[in-house]
Amino acid sequence: MPVEVRLPTVLRPHAGGRSTVTANGATIGEVLGDLVRTYPGMAGQVLTEEGSLHRFVNVYVDDDDVRYLEQLDTKVADGATVSILPAVAGGSGR
Amino acid sequence: MLRLPAPVYTQIVGHCLSGLPDEACGLLGGDPVSGAVVTCYPTRNVAGSAKLYTVDPGEHLRADRDAEAKGTAIMGVFHSHTHTDAYPSPTDVAQAPDPEWHYVLVSLRDTHPMVRSFRITGGRIDEEPVIVESSGRPAHQGSSR
Repeated sequence: MPVEVRLPTVLRPHAGGRSTVTANGATIGEVLGDLVRTYPGMAGQVLTEEGSLHRFVNVYVDDDDVRYLEQLDTKVADGATVSILPAVAGGSGR
Repeated sequence: MLRLPAPVYTQIVGHCLSGLPDEACGLLGGDPVSGAVVTCYPTRNVAGSAKLYTVDPGEHLRADRDAEAKGTAIMGVFHSHTHTDAYPSPTDVAQAPDPEWHYVLVSLRDTHPMVRSFRITGGRIDEEPVIVESSGRPAHQGSSR
């Protein structure tokens, strides 16, 4: 099932500069797996070597952050939009 | 160069002060290439800490959509350092998500807030001038204090 995936600026160079691409899958894990197979340059930035969601990105199905759903097992309904954004964090650290 | 309309500058500093004693954070919408900021998106610091910040992911998504609807883009992030310099910490550098972004630091250590802006590329830190614009005219140049 093809779904629309919106990319953050930092990943767009790996997709020919496009802000939105199409990937296939019924779950977030399948969609992201298809995405990195099509655009291998994104591999280490979206998923870890172990295959889990990278901590430096947030992934949403429509309005919902998948970390608060079923993570990579989150279902992606027909017509849903998947958005990837960088996790924005930092601080003085002391 | 970062160009801040005066109302955006006020929003940034006000949000940082209202976040005390914790660090405060938010996103900036505008043109990443020219450095012209159009919109300030104050966000919740879900880390709830005086030493760390994490932009609320849900608010980030809403800000991203709003910026796109305005024909702009999220072009940077601001956050406060409550008791240290307005300079990127090793934590800030390690977690800087996008080399095209502008990283605005607000130090609340001294009596007057200090606002500075940086580009962070592959671990390298470059400070950029901050211009606060009042009614389209530059009101101040350089680190803003």
